[in-house]
Amino acid sequence: MAKITYIEHNGTNHTVDVQNGLTVMEGAVQNNIPGIDADCGGSMACATCHVYVKEDWFDKINKKNEGEDDMLDQAYEPKKNSRLSCQIIVSDDLDGLVVDMPEKQT
Amino acid sequence: MIKTDALIIGAGPTGLFTAHQLKLIGLDCEIVDNLDKIGGQCIELYPDKPIYDIPAVPECTGEELTNNLINQLKPFDIKFHLSERVDEVKKDGDKWIVKTNKGTSFTTPNVIIAGGVGSFEPRKFSVEGHEKFENKSILYSIKDKNIFKGKTVSIFGGGDSALDWAVELSNNCNVNLIHRRDEFRGAQATVDKVHELTKSKKINLFTKFQLKKINGSNKIESIDIEDDDKKIENLKTDYVLGFFGLIMQLGPIANWGLNIDKKTVEVDTEKFETNQKGIYAVGDICNYPGKLKLILSGFHEGALAARACFKLARPNEKYRFEFTTSSKAIKNRLGVKSD
Repeated sequence: MAKITYIEHNGTNHTVDVQNGLTVMEGAVQNNIPGIDADCGGSMACATCHVYVKEDWFDKINKKNEGEDDMLDQAYEPKKNSRLSCQIIVSDDLDGLVVDMPEKQT
Repeated sequence: MIKTDALIIGAGPTGLFTAHQLKLIGLDCEIVDNLDKIGGQCIELYPDKPIYDIPAVPECTGEELTNNLINQLKPFDIKFHLSERVDEVKKDGDKWIVKTNKGTSFTTPNVIIAGGVGSFEPRKFSVEGHEKFENKSILYSIKDKNIFKGKTVSIFGGGDSALDWAVELSNNCNVNLIHRRDEFRGAQATVDKVHELTKSKKINLFTKFQLKKINGSNKIESIDIEDDDKKIENLKTDYVLGFFGLIMQLGPIANWGLNIDKKTVEVDTEKFETNQKGIYAVGDICNYPGKLKLILSGFHEGALAARACFKLARPNEKYRFEFTTSSKAIKNRLGVKSD
């Protein structure tokens, strides 16, 4: 279990407990947190679960999957610390993770 | 005005199999899809990715699945309206009038929405003021490459579309190619070609840059691009092309008076009918308790919606359930010999 904070583009914070083994995307969807669309359902095919991972966390989480950067090319306003939240698996180590959400996903 | 027993919106796997079910029970149907090809998400998002949970098919790719579904429709004559988006669905007595953005119109008692997550649209630039140049000097697809002759064209993107056009247009235009990182996802041969053309100064390559600003009032004069370290370059340009892939937008479906929740349409699980009589939703776009976004669920939903269509298309006939193994009528429709 990890406490994860999702910050909407307007600054609204949502901190929720997410079970180990789920993805950061699923944590948002299951808790009805706005800002993550996840149109493709987590198959790394759409770039609508795009988040910015806080700099101090970026190197601590699992590395990008093969093909993830290809999808991020198609994301809305990608930055250096962009990730697809469907590719970040939650574990105890992620307790306290903070992700910012882009202004929109599409 | 085209008359049909059922109009299917969406040519993905669910739409295709629903067409098959309609034809089997003796109804005619036509299919509209905004993409220029058949297959929906399977062909647009993951043509090469293997799928492992199609019943009786241990493994197949999105493209193979699509081809098999098209083959299954071969006995039937089905009209596809590709590169057309349904914009309007209006009630007309006990029929629906459906209009597309290309001006095609249909009259039908049954509309089946098999639209996945909506229609595919090109992903656009997000910088301020881009809208007023759109379709004039900012383009997301190319219809006539001759308009660029002798001009400066700035191409954004790192996939095959961006690279192919950079190579092609470098023949007779001044080409800037701008991409957010220094790796490309296009085919290796094209990537090599781009590097070659960059060396010979036929393409000006800017990697780790993104569009920051568009300058110009009536027409684009130049653009500012910014790299990861906030360094800005100003590029004179006549045209800006963006190739960032396609995104799915629910689009006009939202305006048809249907109960929509989180981009999905509420249906019953008997007919997969929406809150509007004669409009059904099947596949990823429908929502009911326990809904699974699996291709196999779409097949089931389409089969039931097709039976519901029969009632409205043939109000004076009684639908009789038949198996393909034994029904003479079905075998006739399939064009196979009965025993």
